[in-house]
Amino acid sequence: MSRFAKFLLVPLVASLLGGCNAVVMAPAGDVAMQQRDLIIIATVLMLLIIIPVMVLVVVFARKYRQGNTDAKYEPNWDHSTHLELVIWAAPLAIIICLGAVTWVSTHLLDPYRQLSRIGPDRLVPEGVEQLEVEVVALDWKWMFIYPQYDIATVNELVVPVDRPISFKLTASTVMNSFYIPAMAGMIYAMPGMQTRLHGVINVPGEYKGIAAHYSGHGFSGMQFATKGVSDAEFDTWVADVRNSPDMLNRQRYLEVEKPSEHVPVMHFAGVESGLYTAIVNMCVERDKMCMSEMMSIDERGGLGHAGLNNLAPELYGGGERNRSPFGPQKTYVAAICSTDEAIAMTAKLPAIAAPSTAPLLGRGLDRREAVAQSNAPALEWLAGKLASTETIPADAL
Amino acid sequence: MSNEFWSIIFGRLTWDVLPYDPIVIVTFVVVAIGGVGVVGALTYFKLWGYLWKEWFTSVDHKKIGIMYMVLGLVMLLRGFADALMMRLQQAIAFNGSEGYLNAHHYDQLFSVHGVIMIFFVAMPLITGFMNYIIPLQIGARDVSFPFLNNFSFWMTAGGAVLVMMSLFVGEFAQTGWLAFPPLSGIEHSPASGVDYYIWALQVAGVGTTLSGVNLIATIIKMRAPGMTLMKMPVFTWTSLCTNILIVASFPILTAVLTLLALDRYVGTNFFTSDFGGNPMMYVNLIWIWGHPEVYILILPMFGIFSEVASTFSGKRLFGYTSMVYATVVITVLSYLVWLHHFFTMGSGASVNSFFGITTMIISIPTGAKIFNWLFTMYKGRIRFELPMMWLIAFMLTFTIGGMTGVLLAVPPADFVLHNSLFLVAHFHNVIIGGVLFGIFAGINYWWPKAFGYKLNVFWGKISFWLWNVGFWLAFGPLYVLGLMGVTRRLRTFDDPSLQIWFIIAGIGALVIAGGIAAMVIQFVVSILGKNKEWDTTGDPWNGRTLEWATSSPPPQYNFAFTPVIHDNDAWADMKSRHAQRPTQNFLEIHMPRNTGTGVVIAALSTVLAFALIWYMWWLAILSFVAIIGAAIIHTFNYDRDYYIPAEAVTQVEDERTQILGGAR
Repeated sequence: MSRFAKFLLVPLVASLLGGCNAVVMAPAGDVAMQQRDLIIIATVLMLLIIIPVMVLVVVFARKYRQGNTDAKYEPNWDHSTHLELVIWAAPLAIIICLGAVTWVSTHLLDPYRQLSRIGPDRLVPEGVEQLEVEVVALDWKWMFIYPQYDIATVNELVVPVDRPISFKLTASTVMNSFYIPAMAGMIYAMPGMQTRLHGVINVPGEYKGIAAHYSGHGFSGMQFATKGVSDAEFDTWVADVRNSPDMLNRQRYLEVEKPSEHVPVMHFAGVESGLYTAIVNMCVERDKMCMSEMMSIDERGGLGHAGLNNLAPELYGGGERNRSPFGPQKTYVAAICSTDEAIAMTAKLPAIAAPSTAPLLGRGLDRREAVAQSNAPALEWLAGKLASTETIPADAL
Repeated sequence: MSNEFWSIIFGRLTWDVLPYDPIVIVTFVVVAIGGVGVVGALTYFKLWGYLWKEWFTSVDHKKIGIMYMVLGLVMLLRGFADALMMRLQQAIAFNGSEGYLNAHHYDQLFSVHGVIMIFFVAMPLITGFMNYIIPLQIGARDVSFPFLNNFSFWMTAGGAVLVMMSLFVGEFAQTGWLAFPPLSGIEHSPASGVDYYIWALQVAGVGTTLSGVNLIATIIKMRAPGMTLMKMPVFTWTSLCTNILIVASFPILTAVLTLLALDRYVGTNFFTSDFGGNPMMYVNLIWIWGHPEVYILILPMFGIFSEVASTFSGKRLFGYTSMVYATVVITVLSYLVWLHHFFTMGSGASVNSFFGITTMIISIPTGAKIFNWLFTMYKGRIRFELPMMWLIAFMLTFTIGGMTGVLLAVPPADFVLHNSLFLVAHFHNVIIGGVLFGIFAGINYWWPKAFGYKLNVFWGKISFWLWNVGFWLAFGPLYVLGLMGVTRRLRTFDDPSLQIWFIIAGIGALVIAGGIAAMVIQFVVSILGKNKEWDTTGDPWNGRTLEWATSSPPPQYNFAFTPVIHDNDAWADMKSRHAQRPTQNFLEIHMPRNTGTGVVIAALSTVLAFALIWYMWWLAILSFVAIIGAAIIHTFNYDRDYYIPAEAVTQVEDERTQILGGAR
């Protein structure tokens, strides 16, 4: 079915859209090609029922028009079990086929799934390592970090053809969507979260990269060039980027992150280690506690009331103008940088017993089993972690 | 007088919030002149008293229904003007041109276009139909709670007033029509726009929810004797399902907007990126309301098309039972598909396939409905009056829209089509081809019932063809552009090869503008024209359901005697058995009394919303207290009903007897 449909429809659709560059119908990457095939298969399946219906609408409308007194007229005919069976079964049959196709293709083309092939009957060659790219949607430009090459770019994505690419995506402030129509489908990039996407480009060339989810005033200019190049050209390009004078450390990132529009391509010869992780965890500023750390603490019972002592007034972004009228002053959770700080903080409020959340049984409201809950494990873990890592000098902030 | 003093009085409302954009200033001047003209004319002709007594304070479901329709049609003009502006911007913003709209203006346009078209065009129009038709179809004298009905209308109107106000005082949201956080949070949208969005929808949402409660109660409790559930007209059935959807889903919208408001006003962190907030939760919640909302809009249209198909084919509706079950199945399934609006958020493959397949399953009952209309036409005698033409256009257009919809339900296909112009074309295909075409069919079908004469056919046909041609010209190119990888909400473009498609789409929008103009002319010609096609029988189309049994327009009390029902095409059944219309022994009729409380409370709610938007806390507290006060005072109003004396009923019915006699 699939082959047959493709055989028939690809030339048809291609000729219809030939005048315009219908990239979704003629992509340059294996994933997008499979997605294109799926569009065609689904359309053909549905046309099996849509076309007869549309034809019948026209035929019946013409045949049973008032003027045509030759046609049968049965004003009280309103039921036919056979017809009812057909009109429920026909769409059902189509949907069963389409549902099966959907289930299989959704799993095969799951953007989180590592690629096993780079084309029809072309498995990923052995020894080829997938290219890792960390993507950050900024206001309003895209940042690409190549951890394997220790380089980064803004608004330019260069990838070798036929090499599988593994993207990790996040955003700095608001939600966006990362989309290279020629390569693969889109995926959201969201602040404080990470999504994944896998794709490959098979044909060398320059393709459009798009911010596909509205993200504010600079949104329309938030496009980037995607270049599929040969391995050799890619190596030259990497060397080229490495020669650029700019380095991407936390400080520089915070400068780049500030809202700007129609940003030209930028190259960074080096990337501070852990920068992407810090972006995902929203702690590029060193005095902010990382979300991962916060979650670790919370998972172990949290800091209890002691945690309240750890808020610092927000100095970055936002500011007074962007504050809720009745909200507290904007704060952030400060990083705990030294063992001394942790001890000082916990000393203010010693370990407390949290209220038991064990289920109540009724009849005098006994508890099944009083689970000892306190912030002690979290403090213990924190102290252990701080003891094992190097203390960051205060002037590094 | 320090700044602080003024900021206590006026909150953050300053001279700076007035428009500075020349386009908006010109619009403001035009609207102001027009507004002064209308107010002046109403005053000059001393119409205020009439409007207040006969319309604004009316609890008559027919008048409220008409007011809903007027509200919806007026807002359609505003929403469509926004659409034209967007089309023009996208047609010229090429080759480095910024077009004629800046981002601040353009981003408001696409947000407000969506909000107006869904909440203040489609919703009032369907509520208007349901209000007008349901009591007539079930043989009732009014809805269950007539005062609540009036209040619901004015709350909806209050929401519309707030959206219109945002054009001239401050700004509207620049977030898209669903205002996703974190973009809609206070940090990224500190100005009044999102607050207008929140409070306009909250005020209108109260009206919609209460109207849903009202109509469910009406359908369940006020059907004429003999009308069992399976003898209800299909329009009433689909309306029942729609109102169940409204009552079950609008509270979710209210709750999610309340949480967003808390984030914005008191600094909670429900949907912020930090402090444990979760913007994805907002996206889930708003679509758990948003998807049923789509079916809230389309189900009553399915009802209208069912009535039209059977009336103009001169035949019983094919497969009444399966039609009803299909409607109920759609109602239930519409709650199981919301995630298909964001497959691209990165849910697992199994979750995505589940929601993809449930979405496809909805197309089965929908397909069954299409077949049912098809086989209603089969062996019929089809009269191609305007409503029937809209039905045929709907069946041809909507199937295409449905097909692209099922296509978008396949997650991997959605990954390349989501947020693209293909998606935009799809939902306009089903909303224009389904909801709007249904509304137009309904207007042409029931106009003679409401006003006593048929709409002009010539202008109706011009409007029909302009709409159909315009629709495909405007949205065909968007399908193509979607396949070219062009995404939505873009203000400027780099690729010059796209421009031709946007120009075609712009021409299509102009053709649709012609369709709207033809429709306005159709109304004007029909209202003012001398050679009206008067409907003296009350049954101009040889109808089948109960609303055609009474006069056109129906008397205030709808039916002098409550009819007894034996069949689901009650009126066709009566006609076939030559039932005699009662002509004597009329009794007095118990009716609800008009009240101004609905207008007052809705106006106070609008003031409350305005105060909250502009941080005028004293006014917010004052208007809130006043709302509670007005509600309490209303409970002491014991003058709530009256009786139409038997003589008056006899007089009205005798006049009708004479007209009917004369007609024969």
